[in-house]
Amino acid sequence: MDALLFLIFAGIAVICAVSLVLQRHPISSALSLVGVMASLAALYLLLGGEFIAAAQLVVYAGAIMVLFIFVIMLLNAGTEKKIVKGPMVRFFALPLLVILLGILGYVVQSLLPVSAPVNFGSFTHGAPQDVGRLLFRNYLLPFEVTSVLILIAIIGAIVLARKEIE
Amino acid sequence: MNFLLLSLIKAGIVAGVLLTTLAYLQWIERKVIAHIQLRVGPRRVGPHGLLQPLADVIKLLTKEDMLPSHVNKFFYFLAPFIAVMFALISISVVPFGPEINVFGIQTYMQLTDLNIGVLFILGMSGMGVYGIALAGWASNNKYSLMGGLRSSAQMISYELPMAMAIAAPLLILNSLSFRELVNGQGAYYFGFIPNWSIFHGPFPQIFSFIIFLIAAFAETNRVPFDLPEAENELVAGFHTEYSSMKFASFFMAEYANMITVSCVATLLFLGGWHPPFPAEYGSKFIPTIIFAIGGLTCFYHAANPARRLDKFTLPVFGVVFLVIAAVFMLPIAGKILLPFFWFASKVGAILFLYIWVRGTLPRFRYDQLMRFAWTVLFPVAIVNLFVTGLAVALESK
Repeated sequence: MDALLFLIFAGIAVICAVSLVLQRHPISSALSLVGVMASLAALYLLLGGEFIAAAQLVVYAGAIMVLFIFVIMLLNAGTEKKIVKGPMVRFFALPLLVILLGILGYVVQSLLPVSAPVNFGSFTHGAPQDVGRLLFRNYLLPFEVTSVLILIAIIGAIVLARKEIE
Repeated sequence: MNFLLLSLIKAGIVAGVLLTTLAYLQWIERKVIAHIQLRVGPRRVGPHGLLQPLADVIKLLTKEDMLPSHVNKFFYFLAPFIAVMFALISISVVPFGPEINVFGIQTYMQLTDLNIGVLFILGMSGMGVYGIALAGWASNNKYSLMGGLRSSAQMISYELPMAMAIAAPLLILNSLSFRELVNGQGAYYFGFIPNWSIFHGPFPQIFSFIIFLIAAFAETNRVPFDLPEAENELVAGFHTEYSSMKFASFFMAEYANMITVSCVATLLFLGGWHPPFPAEYGSKFIPTIIFAIGGLTCFYHAANPARRLDKFTLPVFGVVFLVIAAVFMLPIAGKILLPFFWFASKVGAILFLYIWVRGTLPRFRYDQLMRFAWTVLFPVAIVNLFVTGLAVALESK
C-alpha cells in the first residue's frame, strides 16, 4: 500500500515538475509547482514526517505560491514566445540530455555513501512535539540565527522598495 | 468489523449530513435574514418553504451551462473543482463527539484523528484560495480578475491573525489533534464553570476567540468582508462568468467553509461536545426541554393561526419536536445524541452569528479591510499570543 502510494505521488511530482518546465504560460508553470509541492507533502507524510508535510502544505503550497500567482496575475504576464530551433537542436538535444542525466545519475550514486534503504513507517519522530523539541533544544542557535536572517531580509526588501518610490 | 468498511460507512454518513446541512443552511440564512428585515422569506415550496433547497438544487442542475468564448478552458473548469474539494475535505478531521458504541462496534464520531489536525485544516483552507484566484483569472474578465485578486490578497492577510489566534489555545491545551484538544477542555472550575478555552486558565482565550471569528469572516469571504464578490462594484466578483453547477460549486464551497470554520471555533474555543454545565446539574435534560418548548409553541400558534395553513402545518412540526424531545430521554441517546447535540448547537450558534452579521452590518471599503488586518488585528493577535505564552510559561514554572 505504502509503495503504491509512493509511486502515485512520486509520479505526480515528476509529471508536475516536467510540466513546470514545458508550460508556456507563467500561471500554468506556477500551478505545476504547486502540484510538485503538494505531492512532496504527501511523500513526507508517507515517510512519517507529519509536521514537515503540514508545514510544506501551509507555507509553500499555501502561502508562498499564492503570493507568486498573485504577482503573476497582477503583472498580467503573457505566454512565452516559442523560440525557433535550429537543426542541431532538433536532432541532438534529446539524446544529449539523456546522456547527461545518465552520467549525472551514475556520478551521484557512486559518490554517495552506501546507506540502509529507507523503509516506510520506520521513522516515527515526525510529530510536531518531536520537531519542536529538536528545534528549541538541540538546534536553538541556528534556529534563532535563521529568524534574524529572515528579519534582515524583510527589512532589506522594505528599504529597497522604498528607494524606488522616491 | 474491518477498518475500510467502517470508514466507508462513516464517510457516507458525514457526507450525507454535511451536504444536507449545506443545502438547508441556505434556507435558514434566507429565513433569518427575511425575519431581520421584517419579511417572511421562502414560503411557497413545501410547508414553510422547507423544500426550497431541493427546488434550488434542481434549478441549478438544469440551468444552461454557459461557456464564455474568451476563457482559459482548463483552469476555468478546474477552479470550481478545487474550491469545492478543499472546502469539503476539511470536515474529515473534525470530531463530532466522543467514542461511542453502536451495535457493539467501538468507534469515534470522527472520520480520522490526525495528530496534525489543526495544521491540516489550515493547509486545506490555504489551498482553497487557488479555486477563487484561478476562477478570477481564467474567466478573462476584469471584474472577475479584480475579485480573484482581492480575495487572494484578503485571504493571505487574514490567514496570519487567524493562525496566531489558533496558536494561543494550542499553547494552553498542548496538542494539535482535535480529539485531544476537546478532551483537554472537559473539566469544570468549582464544579460548574466549564473548562473551555475561552474560560481556561492561566489566560482565558476570549481575545483569541474574537480575533479568530473576525479573521474567519474574512477567510470565508462573508459580509462585512465580502469584497471579492461586492456586487455594486464588481458585478459578482470571481464567479461572474460561471453559471449552472459551476456557480453552485462556489456557493457550496463558501457554505462548506463557513461550517468548517464554525466547527474549528467550537473545537478550539467552546469545548467541542462538552455541555456548558455538568450533567449532575441537569444539562442532559436541556435538549428535551428545548424541543418540548418548541413543540408546545407550535401547538400554541396552531391554536391561534396567523395564516390559514398554520392550522394544519404547525401541529405536524409540534409532533416532530415532541418525538425528538422523547428520543433525547432514551438512555442510549444520552451516549450518542447528547454530545452531538451540544456540538451541533455550538456550531449552529456561530453559524447564526454569521447570518446575523450579514443581516446587520454594511460592507467595508477595501482599503479599510486591509488596514484593519495589518494595523489592528495582526498586532493584537501577536500581543495576545505573547501574553498567553508568558502566562503558560509562568504557570509551568
